[in-house]
Amino acid sequence: MSALTFDFMQRALLAALLVGLTAPAVGIFLVQRRLALMGDGIGHVALTGVALGFLLGTAPVLTAVIAATIGAVVIELVRQQGRTGGDVALALLFYGGIAGGVLLIGLAPGGSNANLLSYLFGSLTAVSPADVVLICLLSGALLLTLTVVGRQMFAVCHDEEYARVAGLPVRFLNLLLAVMAAVTVTVAMRVVGLLLVSALMVVPVATAQQLVRGFRATVVVALASGVLASLSGVLGSYYLDTAPGALIVVLALGGFAVATLLGTLVRRARRTTDIAAPVGVALLPQEAPP
Amino acid sequence: MVAVLGANGSGKSTLVRALLGLLPLSSGRLALFGEPVQRFSHWPRIGYVPQRGGASTGVPATVREVVATGRLARTGLRPMRAADRTAITRAMDAVGLAHLAKTSVATLSGGQQQRVLIARALTCEPDLLVLDEPTAGVDAANQQALATSLGALVGHGATVLLVTHELGPMLPLITRAVTLADGRVLHDGPPPDSDHLHLHDHDHAHPVHDEVPSARGSAWGLR
Repeated sequence: MSALTFDFMQRALLAALLVGLTAPAVGIFLVQRRLALMGDGIGHVALTGVALGFLLGTAPVLTAVIAATIGAVVIELVRQQGRTGGDVALALLFYGGIAGGVLLIGLAPGGSNANLLSYLFGSLTAVSPADVVLICLLSGALLLTLTVVGRQMFAVCHDEEYARVAGLPVRFLNLLLAVMAAVTVTVAMRVVGLLLVSALMVVPVATAQQLVRGFRATVVVALASGVLASLSGVLGSYYLDTAPGALIVVLALGGFAVATLLGTLVRRARRTTDIAAPVGVALLPQEAPP
Repeated sequence: MVAVLGANGSGKSTLVRALLGLLPLSSGRLALFGEPVQRFSHWPRIGYVPQRGGASTGVPATVREVVATGRLARTGLRPMRAADRTAITRAMDAVGLAHLAKTSVATLSGGQQQRVLIARALTCEPDLLVLDEPTAGVDAANQQALATSLGALVGHGATVLLVTHELGPMLPLITRAVTLADGRVLHDGPPPDSDHLHLHDHDHAHPVHDEVPSARGSAWGLR
């Protein structure tokens, strides 16, 4: 594989590996609490952060982390208030984020929408050595946090009220999840791109759901399919000369389609064996005597 | 064993949710085990079984995974030890769900999901068990099994707070009944006489036929 001899490809592949792990790992909790589109909303807000970085002449990744975190915390606070619809709040952030990004990049000296394109859809050559260091640090922190508080996070996303009665720091964990989602978006931004990052947080989880029944099993399969899609997407986009984000997401969706087919076949096979088994239990009287 | 009785909308759930600190109080003070709720920290002493049976979310989870979340009140951030795993297994045994440990909660019947939530509350080995309508949608045989199990739990020294709109087989266990109507206490004292309750004991359909927890499973298995 001649592609592997290039420094930029090695960096892109390392970044893809980390993104393939972190995006589904954080995304699974968003899916669990039915906030699958939150990553998308955060991605839009991060675009404003990127443009702000160009305008101020600082590293766009840094300003993107800050903007994304603020956006995520705002979404979470609106959700906790629960008075206005969370979807409307998300919509406001979507449009505000995109509009702000395009507006600010226009104001930046020498800036044009072309600068934003690599951030929107990812780019192989965009991952600088400094980016790789930052991506390693951030995803390391994310994975470490998840191994420590993963079970608590599961409990909170599963049943928030129960988690409160169990004495868990629910408010803190909710905000932590929002911040982790924001960091994930920024980590994935260079490889997958801001418009497609949410797909890598959601699609591998959906894929896993077609095949397995437990949460832990879902995590394992989601991470595996996330890594598979992001690595093969980065490699493939080198040969096809396309934006890596697009290919990664197309591959992930292909994986979902295959998993759906497999899952359907497995379920059908199970049902056939179930019917073959004796059904005596169903013939018991419907109501036991008092 | 205390029962909170009343018709739909009489404020039963609101009362227990406020008691657990889930809803703000409009006036008055709330103390749990003698401590003001703001400073209360012994949450493992309380087991809560919420009303809605929907124990499933966007991502599938097995029965054991959901029941295990109840143990977090005791473990905190430390990893699960053998004793924790035993408690989780025992709680599933107590509600007769051990054989379904690896099944996805979403595929269970309403009555079985209710029992998952009861097992989850039992894993932290609570001194006070709060159940919000645990018999709604549960057939007569399983109501009887639940009554037997709650009786055993009370026998081990625990307190049970039961919200229900009909006592059914729980009646002999009740030592105090609080009847609510329109958010106000109508009656507080010994349980109402059984003749009155029997009138509408069989008023409603029992749509779900669950398999009955085994006699061995009926003991809550709590210390």
